[in-house]
Amino acid sequence: MTVEATCQDLTPRRLAPSRRPRCPSLRGYALLAAALALWEVLSRFILPLSNPQVAILMPAPSVVVVTAGHLIASGELPGHLLASLKREAGAFLFALAAVPLGIAMGYWRAVHEQLYPLLEVLRPIPPLAWIPLSILWFGLGDTQNQFIIFLGMVFPILINTIAAVHHVDPTLIRAARSLGAGERAVLSRVVLPAALPQIVTGIRVGLGVGWMALVAAELVGASDGLGFLINDARSLLRTDIIVVGMLTIGLAGLVLDVGVRRLAVRLLPWSAALAR
Amino acid sequence: MGRLVVDGVCKIFDEPRGGPPVVAVDGVSFTLENGEFCAILGHSGCGKTTLLNMVAGFEAPTMGSLSVDGAPIRGPGWERSIIFQDYALFPWLSVVGNIGFGLDMKRTAPDDRDRAVRHHIELVGLGGFEHHFPHQLSGGMRQRVAIARALSVSPRVLLMDEPFAALDDQNRRSMQDELVRIWQCEPKTVLLVTHSLDEAILLADHIIVMTRRPGRIKRRITVDLPRPRDEDDPGYIALRKTLRALIREDAAT
Repeated sequence: MTVEATCQDLTPRRLAPSRRPRCPSLRGYALLAAALALWEVLSRFILPLSNPQVAILMPAPSVVVVTAGHLIASGELPGHLLASLKREAGAFLFALAAVPLGIAMGYWRAVHEQLYPLLEVLRPIPPLAWIPLSILWFGLGDTQNQFIIFLGMVFPILINTIAAVHHVDPTLIRAARSLGAGERAVLSRVVLPAALPQIVTGIRVGLGVGWMALVAAELVGASDGLGFLINDARSLLRTDIIVVGMLTIGLAGLVLDVGVRRLAVRLLPWSAALAR
Repeated sequence: MGRLVVDGVCKIFDEPRGGPPVVAVDGVSFTLENGEFCAILGHSGCGKTTLLNMVAGFEAPTMGSLSVDGAPIRGPGWERSIIFQDYALFPWLSVVGNIGFGLDMKRTAPDDRDRAVRHHIELVGLGGFEHHFPHQLSGGMRQRVAIARALSVSPRVLLMDEPFAALDDQNRRSMQDELVRIWQCEPKTVLLVTHSLDEAILLADHIIVMTRRPGRIKRRITVDLPRPRDEDDPGYIALRKTLRALIREDAAT
């Protein structure tokens, strides 16, 4: 072996340059700022000229900001946010059962054969279509709400887990077997970690779908939560509260997604799929 | 210990779409004594990988029997660890984790495990990279990890499936030299599958040339050249010529 070859070979491959999305420059926000300014002018000066009643339906951004300040200071907004997050978290704990189920379905053909048809029938039913039946089953309240959220979460997690297991490199399983791994070790020490990145993708999608289902579920049968907040504000014609609620829902969903992604990148630094 | 006996092994695959069954391996018999390094040489599709998979225990032979030290092969196991072409390292484990995997499976005591892992890291020259992950290593280094991982469980027979095919020429050459060095440090029975004449001559004591469809042994050649082997040696050149003629003959038919 030549000296050069040795050196070359022993130099670790340089870590890929970190691909953190660069902070978008202020220029990227130009259109957004213009739109906000236009909205402000429109709802403060133009709309009241034509019809003051209509102007109420389109609260100015400045009004929304002030309302948001009040709602936060009074603890009302954090309270509703917390109530919604609690429901989301509760449903998520149940939806995590989709991970072992998905691994079983992905790994054992017989399990897949039996359960997949059932899955195919249930999956296309939107979670919201379950609302009437779930109200009859559980009554109005947290359980019913969480059931709807659970339905929104469980299928993305299940489908992604099954696909993740199917995509595990069979050579890895062979390598483990030839190193003496039995069936249980193959499942827990090879299939599960190898499938983890895509399971995380499923969890991200599931949390997102669950969050959407949550708001809808709260519109119908809850006495707190962000969905309740905006529906309640509608009856009072407080469009500013509605907008604050909507923005909070969007923001919370975004934070949830980014948080899970960050956590996954930190916990699974080896995953190329997550490093994207 | 590590005496591999392959006796009258046939492998027939049923065509899934109702075609005639394919005879991948037809009546192959050979014996590897303890510590022998044997290369199976042939074109792609000559059944050499199928043969290796049967020795590894991933596939069962349709006919015939395989055994290591008298114990019939019934499935994969650490006594026949394998080095794959694409390394097959566990990307979520560090170098130490990968090399220790098989030892964990064997339930080695922690002290012994750590000692064995350290020993094999030194053996393949990966000192200083213990806590790197596979994606942080070059191809040659990954293959070093794979070699260490396969050796760490003290297999009776070490199997290699085109182990250096994914490397560029220069890296391949240096890894082949490395492998010879490692093998001389820790003699093992080795079964290597390759389509490269040079790899077979550089590494092996015995070369089994296989024919294509059905996969049969065409000839078994003993390599008497001293190690390290030199491509310019007349013996090397003559052997290479012989092997090329054997392989060509097969391609023509």
